[in-house]
Amino acid sequence: MLEASDITFRVGGRALISDVSIKFAPGRLHLVVGPNGAGKSTLVKLLARLLRPQSGRVEYDGADVSRASEADLARRRAVLSQAVEIAFPLTAREVVMMGRHPHFGSRPGPADETVADEMMEHFDVAQFAGRDYRTLSGGERQRVNFARVMAQLWRAGRGPACRYLFLDEPLTFLDIRHQIAFMKKVRAFADESDVVTVGVLHDLNLAARFADRLVLLDRGRVAAEGTPAEVLTAARIREVFGVEPTFLPAGPSGFHLVFD
Amino acid sequence: MTKQLASRRAVLLLALTFAALVVLAASVRYGAVEFSATDIGRALSSLLPGRPEPTLDQRIFLELRLPRAVLCLLVGASLGAGGALMQALFRNPIVEPGLVGTSSGAAFGSALFFVLGPALRLEPGLWTLPVAACLGGVASTCLVFLLARSREDGRAPIVMLLLTGLAVNALFMSAIGFLSYVARDPQARSITFWSLGTLSGANWRAVEAVAVSTIGGTLVALRCAKQLDALMIGEEEATYLGVNVNRLKWVVLSVNVVVVAVATAFTGVISFVGLVVPHILRMTGGADNRFLILGSALAGATLLSLADLVARLALRPAELPIGIVTSAVGVPVFLLLLRRRRYVF
Repeated sequence: MLEASDITFRVGGRALISDVSIKFAPGRLHLVVGPNGAGKSTLVKLLARLLRPQSGRVEYDGADVSRASEADLARRRAVLSQAVEIAFPLTAREVVMMGRHPHFGSRPGPADETVADEMMEHFDVAQFAGRDYRTLSGGERQRVNFARVMAQLWRAGRGPACRYLFLDEPLTFLDIRHQIAFMKKVRAFADESDVVTVGVLHDLNLAARFADRLVLLDRGRVAAEGTPAEVLTAARIREVFGVEPTFLPAGPSGFHLVFD
Repeated sequence: MTKQLASRRAVLLLALTFAALVVLAASVRYGAVEFSATDIGRALSSLLPGRPEPTLDQRIFLELRLPRAVLCLLVGASLGAGGALMQALFRNPIVEPGLVGTSSGAAFGSALFFVLGPALRLEPGLWTLPVAACLGGVASTCLVFLLARSREDGRAPIVMLLLTGLAVNALFMSAIGFLSYVARDPQARSITFWSLGTLSGANWRAVEAVAVSTIGGTLVALRCAKQLDALMIGEEEATYLGVNVNRLKWVVLSVNVVVVAVATAFTGVISFVGLVVPHILRMTGGADNRFLILGSALAGATLLSLADLVARLALRPAELPIGIVTSAVGVPVFLLLLRRRRYVF
């Protein structure tokens, strides 16, 4: 269970997130949507403890996350960012193996090697193992990074504590086929009963199709929260995004949005 | 695939160790005076208890040639390892260990010493010049950090460090230019020689000091290698992998300042070794930082010893400042590397 209570984050006197209180349950896929500048990325960074709120607190499994050690946190919390740029010749396999860093001392053990190989297999990047990361396309890189993040969160069997996966606009560089494939894999992982998943997505239709719960963020505050059908009403879309929506009855989520 | 890379790295490290030993042997043998293997053996055995006092030639070998060769290895190692550290920290393959102002500050400290020393009645003793250089190096690095620190949260972002370092380096270089312009001839010549780098002042005290900083610094650096690996994919990503990025920056920069300032203090400014060496290693063995730090130390030692050999032999019996040799060889090599298509930025 992930819980944020009354968190506020300011930069230079301007509140990017104000008084947000929200709970994220394990076994569900939570997606945060909202217009540009609503504070979606900031919220995810606060929840993942990259940033610390000036007031309020974030709790993982009921414990204040600001007191957790870096090493402990790294074994149960992972973040997939928009794009990872590397200036040096690292192979895709080396990038994936970094996900195991929190789990081994100075050299990876045989278990770490197996996990890295399996994750590369699972995300369909095993064929790039020896390739220089910089020569991969944006979509291939993102799959390598997804494999790295999942290698970081991998563990044998169920532990008592939850694992936390954060996604910060992960689809930006993916084509439509990889967007769908990617979201299906996220969906499958989020279904695990000890996994809390929170992601930021721009595409309202994709968000509506895959999320169990949507959080609509507007100017640093939670405008609405609930199932996609509850959150995405015509009135709210008009107010928050400033566009005119039309609901077409279609697709797996029961409706498809067209905007004008 | 990964196994192949690991074994290639092991082979490279072994080959570099061997190369360093070969160059060490050559640099104790050749110079203004040549020593044969038997001369060297006799000179070394004169150190054993109960042997007769060493002859003049043997003393030249023991007190000038040998410490110079060892100092050269150590300084080369510290420049190479420093370069590998700074490139990893700045996540940029075209960064030099002197980037945050350390070596220009050290050069300024010693130029000031050359000019003001006589007036203040400071004897250019064994320690005074290195201390002045060290103070200059640490002071200029601190200046860079104070100027690069953000007013809001006190952190020093990498881009700010890079640009501030460039500016402060330029400032100190112009100050050195001014000092050598106003200085009279013997001092002006010292400044010139020193800001081009020279190993002619080598002695065993220098070897001791540089050995402590180089070996100590390299050991600390190797302990940071895994965290520096994580830093390659970004500061945020490294944080998510459990790295305390701010603490890592401080540790690595402190190691670099100490290692570079101490080396510069005894030998002057030697450029391009710290830039080119990690570059070449990365092209041959990949970006793993443990490999890069160790390999750059070994390759830096080898290359600087070769350069010193050239500096001593080219105009024998006179000698060139070693910085001229490293730049003359380093710049074309660097340009060649840049033009190779395989190595994209």
